[in-house]
Amino acid sequence: MAVSGIKSRPVYPGLSPDPNARSNVVVCDVAGAEAVVELLTRADGAFARRTSIILSADGAGSEQAQALAKRLEPAGVEIASGLPAAISHLNAILDQASMGLRLYAAGSEPLIGSVVQAGLDHFIDHLSIRTEHRGSLKRRVQCVHCKGMTEDVTTNPVTCSHCGLLLLVRDHYSRRLAAFQGVCINAESPGERPEPNVEFP
Amino acid sequence: MTASFLRRVRVAEVEPVASRIKRFRLVSADGEPLSEFSGGSHVTVCMQAPDRLIRNPYSLMSCPSDTSSYQIGVLKVPDSRGGSEFMHENVSIGTELEISEPLNLFPPAKLARKHILVAGGIGITPFMSMMSELESVGADFELHYGVRSLAEGAFCKLLETRYGPRVHLYFQDKGQLVPLEQVLASQPLGTHVYVCGPKPMIDWALRSATLAGWPDENIHSEQFTAPPIGKPFVARLVRTGREVTVGGHQSILEALEQNGIDAPFLCRGGACGQCETAVTSCDGFIEHNDHYLTEAEKADGRKIMICVSRISGDAITLDL
Amino acid sequence: MVLAFKNETFRDDFTFSNSPESIRRFPFPFHEDKYMYAVNIEPHVPGPKGTVYEFPIDIDEHYVAEMRDREIVLAADPGRCQALPHMMTAQWDMLELLMTSMARDYPEHFSLTQDGDHWHWINRPLGIDQKFTFGDHTTLPYEPMEYIGRQCQGDFSIQDQRDGQLWMDAGIITTQADWSLDFDIGMNFFEWHGPVPLAHEAGVFERALKFLLNLQVGRPVRRLNWTMTINPRLDTSPENYHKWGIDRTTVTPENVGDKVHLRVELQGLWRLPRSNAILFSIRCYLIKMKELVTIPKWGRRLPRVLETLPPEIADYKGLTRYRQMTIDWLKKYDDGAPTSPGFGPD
Repeated sequence: MAVSGIKSRPVYPGLSPDPNARSNVVVCDVAGAEAVVELLTRADGAFARRTSIILSADGAGSEQAQALAKRLEPAGVEIASGLPAAISHLNAILDQASMGLRLYAAGSEPLIGSVVQAGLDHFIDHLSIRTEHRGSLKRRVQCVHCKGMTEDVTTNPVTCSHCGLLLLVRDHYSRRLAAFQGVCINAESPGERPEPNVEFP
Repeated sequence: MTASFLRRVRVAEVEPVASRIKRFRLVSADGEPLSEFSGGSHVTVCMQAPDRLIRNPYSLMSCPSDTSSYQIGVLKVPDSRGGSEFMHENVSIGTELEISEPLNLFPPAKLARKHILVAGGIGITPFMSMMSELESVGADFELHYGVRSLAEGAFCKLLETRYGPRVHLYFQDKGQLVPLEQVLASQPLGTHVYVCGPKPMIDWALRSATLAGWPDENIHSEQFTAPPIGKPFVARLVRTGREVTVGGHQSILEALEQNGIDAPFLCRGGACGQCETAVTSCDGFIEHNDHYLTEAEKADGRKIMICVSRISGDAITLDL
Repeated sequence: MVLAFKNETFRDDFTFSNSPESIRRFPFPFHEDKYMYAVNIEPHVPGPKGTVYEFPIDIDEHYVAEMRDREIVLAADPGRCQALPHMMTAQWDMLELLMTSMARDYPEHFSLTQDGDHWHWINRPLGIDQKFTFGDHTTLPYEPMEYIGRQCQGDFSIQDQRDGQLWMDAGIITTQADWSLDFDIGMNFFEWHGPVPLAHEAGVFERALKFLLNLQVGRPVRRLNWTMTINPRLDTSPENYHKWGIDRTTVTPENVGDKVHLRVELQGLWRLPRSNAILFSIRCYLIKMKELVTIPKWGRRLPRVLETLPPEIADYKGLTRYRQMTIDWLKKYDDGAPTSPGFGPD
């Protein structure tokens, strides 16, 4: 579980079905798909038939993705090549949506964060989005100095992929940016370069 | 920090607007302009009845940017504790009253794409200022207003004139009900619904929105409760070492004030949370009448909102 | 009272200093010889003449120089001033509050004429004469928050109130103690205070939030907060931390008196009438250790306070590297005599 003392750190309570929703839209990655399978098990068939799933396949081969899609039936599944494609597909759905739609996200934190961001762009309160973290703990990190985003961060500290400063990854999280904050780790000791540890495997 | 800052106002106009509803226009008694306020705000009006001080919250109905006067609408409730009756029987043009500064516990959601306002009877009042504000910022809204009959419906004509097709009226005596299910079925993502009216209507509307698949975050309601009547009991105060008797027609807060004991409060209608008080022990059963504590907190019994809640039993010990 | 504005800097050659009057009115934040976290909120009512509490908005001898420093920061990093689109009404509320306070309390320096929505603002120290239409931001060179924020000492953030929470949805922040508006904008009260240690567990923020949600129009409140800064640098932002962080390593026993500054924030909170938002002003006062010890009571008290500071808090405030050196330097001014209760000089 991803927890810490910092209160801006998001909490992902886990997926639960909204039996009243007219339609359900779920975005997940390969690891998150397992949580969606469990969600569908907990709900009835009518829930599944009102549900569309966008699966971000990332590195997974098409066979593995197809097999996953099969397990998610009778919900409709759309396979997207990666997170950007999944989000653009989600945006297209939300552009046309009415009240009564319930949004869900399951998988890595960058995936959940991107779904919440798309929700905010479409006037959906973040608290009404049901989320579950699964799989990698990798993070998206914003460098507070140059404002550049570094994706898929697994180590702390990490080198900013834009300005090259060595950043301490704090648990301080911005929903608007869907990113954690990175702050120069050796500003008070410029010669020192602490070893990166894999903290977010 | 206790109590609220009061200012003196004078009644400049009283208009019967429906069979049991009067509209009061209040102007500053000291010449200083009144504060601007935000849509959905209320003030607490203090009324000096012969035997006691009554303080009731009333929504502001006037245009929020009008600092020359405030307007409130008061429904005369026959079996009430006396506030609305006092306003109807004892207050006329020239009467001076004390009111609190405006407080808003029912603001429109600023991030909403569209607003659906659902009012029943006197529940129209907070929406009057809310609509002025939404109109002035060019927000998308519609009003669905249910009344018993045209004679009992306040402001129907005014609303239709001002807001035209955005106002939908439903008359109970003609068998018309707010078609909430239909209204909620086809709203754009990001729509928020607001309900104000009698408790059964609020409960029905909230349930309808949930059943239509609306997230809790998009559903809002406001209801002020008058402290219900009950049997007398004793309130023991741990910190001050005092003991006061709460009369059957009194709230705990009123009993404390009558005994010169200072306790925090703001809305006096069980909505704002300011008078939340820790319960040390209770020899009886707490009747929670507020809209502030969660169901879990109410069941837990360690907190009480002393402006509206009381006990059935002999005594309650409070951390005061 | 006509203020004599100083020509001084808060960067590069750091020529900032306080006049003796400015030292005496410094809002020293410790009322006893030890440090305790507390909500410490009190009504923001007018205080004694000459103190920083005399008027709701305090303007002092550093006004012109501070406004010049803000201009430099905003030119380099426009992200220090941001407002989400739904905050426009609140921006006007803020402009009204500041202009009316400044013109009423400092008539020699500022004046405001209001004729309905036609307003005329004159700021003599900065040489500004502006006619504009209240409510129409196209009649001002900037949006209202930025316009008045460039003419008023102190940082400002505006909190929208929704769903029993406060959301930091606008701000002009150029003199911050190491937090980023650009990162924190849009966060709620608990989230933007997320990195503060210990206080969450003590329930401080729950109580403070509940109090603020019921804050009333016309009844502002205030509290003091403090930290320490090396050199009189106003812009101690995280954005530039990689440039100023090194300053913390430059303190030596010989230069403590000049380099180490106590930094006090007078935080004011106002309910804004039209928007139901809350304006949060963060007015920063700086004082060198050398200046501080000219008040004997403060010279005795500060080292005692610094010794009782929990390590988590010293770390959060960034004092760890130079705390002991500062205590040692200040000890020369602590003869062990008892100090009188309260904040002010004896």
